[in-house]
Amino acid sequence: MADPIVVAEGLHKSFGDVQALRGLDLSVPRGTVCGVLGPNGAGKTTAVRILATLSDPDAGHARIAGHDVVREAGKVRARIGLAGQHAAVDEKLTGRGNLRMFGRLYHLSRREAHRRADELLERFGLMDAADRQVAGYSGGMRRRLDLITSLILRPEVLFLDEPTTGLDPRSRGEIWDSVRELVADGTTVLLTTQYLDEADRLADDIAVIDHGRVVAAGTPDELKATIGDRLDVVLEDPAALRPAATVLNALAGTDPTMTGADRLSVALPGGGLRLADIVRELDRAGVAAADVSLRRPSLDEVFLRLTDRKEVL
Amino acid sequence: MTALAPPPGHRLRWTFTDGLTLVGRELGRLRQEPGELVSMLIFPAIMVVLFGYVFGSAIQVPGGGDYREYLMPGLFSMVTFTAVMTLMMRVATDASRGVMDRFRSMPMARLAVPFGQTGADLLAGLLSLAIMAGAGLLVGWQPHRGLIPAAEAFLLLIVLRYALGWVGVYVGLVVKNEQAADQMVPLFLPFTMLSNSFVPTDGMPGWLRFLADWNPVSAITAASRELFGNPGVPPEDAAWPLAHPVAAVLLWSAALLVVFVPLSTRAYTHKGR
Repeated sequence: MADPIVVAEGLHKSFGDVQALRGLDLSVPRGTVCGVLGPNGAGKTTAVRILATLSDPDAGHARIAGHDVVREAGKVRARIGLAGQHAAVDEKLTGRGNLRMFGRLYHLSRREAHRRADELLERFGLMDAADRQVAGYSGGMRRRLDLITSLILRPEVLFLDEPTTGLDPRSRGEIWDSVRELVADGTTVLLTTQYLDEADRLADDIAVIDHGRVVAAGTPDELKATIGDRLDVVLEDPAALRPAATVLNALAGTDPTMTGADRLSVALPGGGLRLADIVRELDRAGVAAADVSLRRPSLDEVFLRLTDRKEVL
Repeated sequence: MTALAPPPGHRLRWTFTDGLTLVGRELGRLRQEPGELVSMLIFPAIMVVLFGYVFGSAIQVPGGGDYREYLMPGLFSMVTFTAVMTLMMRVATDASRGVMDRFRSMPMARLAVPFGQTGADLLAGLLSLAIMAGAGLLVGWQPHRGLIPAAEAFLLLIVLRYALGWVGVYVGLVVKNEQAADQMVPLFLPFTMLSNSFVPTDGMPGWLRFLADWNPVSAITAASRELFGNPGVPPEDAAWPLAHPVAAVLLWSAALLVVFVPLSTRAYTHKGR
């Protein structure tokens, strides 16, 4: 792994009585996508705001490409791009007008700003809408314009704060494609999201944060492995629910959850159990199963487990 | 991959250049929304008709004279005061839409945004004054003391507008919310009305008259009347700001700038959130 380009150590931040961050540590290797996953209010946005120099931490420190976000904010700003939950562009201007204006504010020459605007519009498929007012753009187009506005300076690190929240599936797919292209160029991306499939698809590493702290980190596969495989059983007769639950409890060591009138689900402790063993145990207890399946957990289940929320049936 | 390095430049120069870019932004918005320009043109016409002919039909100008001649300096002050609301809305909209955060995350001069936005508003101010003056000329208003004093009056109006603009920037930065800012707009109405713009202050109850006499809107109205040679110039024994309106406007402008430029700058760079 290359050296980390984003480093956060022991970040604390409070707003009045609310502790948004309580010792957040983060390290993102250059050229990778780090997915910061957490429920609402976990501190994702606060963390991004500190890393993007918009907010100062109460304690701890953070560096981008070796520059401290508080003491060397100017150097950090020249290396980052930020695209947020809101499409932070001027709705009264055209798409091209926005890119040109922000290009000028990034201190590109007039010619360079115009050239860069055209280049980005072309590459990210907004050329047809370039001269239309942003107020008339669809949600997905706005978000894409917001994204490419943060790419004007070819940032080394791009912060995407919930880039697809509220978008329809097709627009989400388009944003994902854009992010993949950037990563292919070598940009490091730090992405916050509450969508697990988003993190699963895009991120090399995931940091799950809850209550302002990282509660788990690793690749999506590593995280899934931490909670073991998942066993789903569908019964022929719903009346057999109770004996079936007893069998599953004996196998897994925890109570299964009801996922339907005739089905149960339980997390199995790491490895050792084969499907055949499970079927035999059910048979012995006189439980007729219509379907028994063993699968990797979804990231949703990992997330719910790690963030200590009640499992959703 | 190499980053496009912004060329090194003097901070002051960049503040100025960035400010100009933001002025260009306002022009770009106007080009996209010509309707805004039309309403800018119609508004003065409506005000002149409404106040000049509706109020004017019943109001006696103290010391004699035409009410529309008396009214125009008041209308100039009124459009000048709108700078507070315009900038408050601009800044609050940028803040609530995340545009302000984008500016703050960019390697641009710290002061460029507030300076650019207040600078851009000067253009709007000049335009609205010119339109209002045109409407005034159409209904018989005119400057009577010649070009130089008239130019001085417009200059004073612009200076005060710039200072008032910073009040708007500060309020917008503190409110940070489009809807909340929108709801605050009516609160500013009393500032323009509680003055000598439309009626003399002499007839107001004592405490109200005190507020009206010391209102900067009254000072700029009195200064314009004096410099344009329009009726309604306050007597020598009027309250100090009305007896010395030009000095009062300059003092007010300086005071507003001294207070609100640092406050706005601090609010813009504030990193507590």
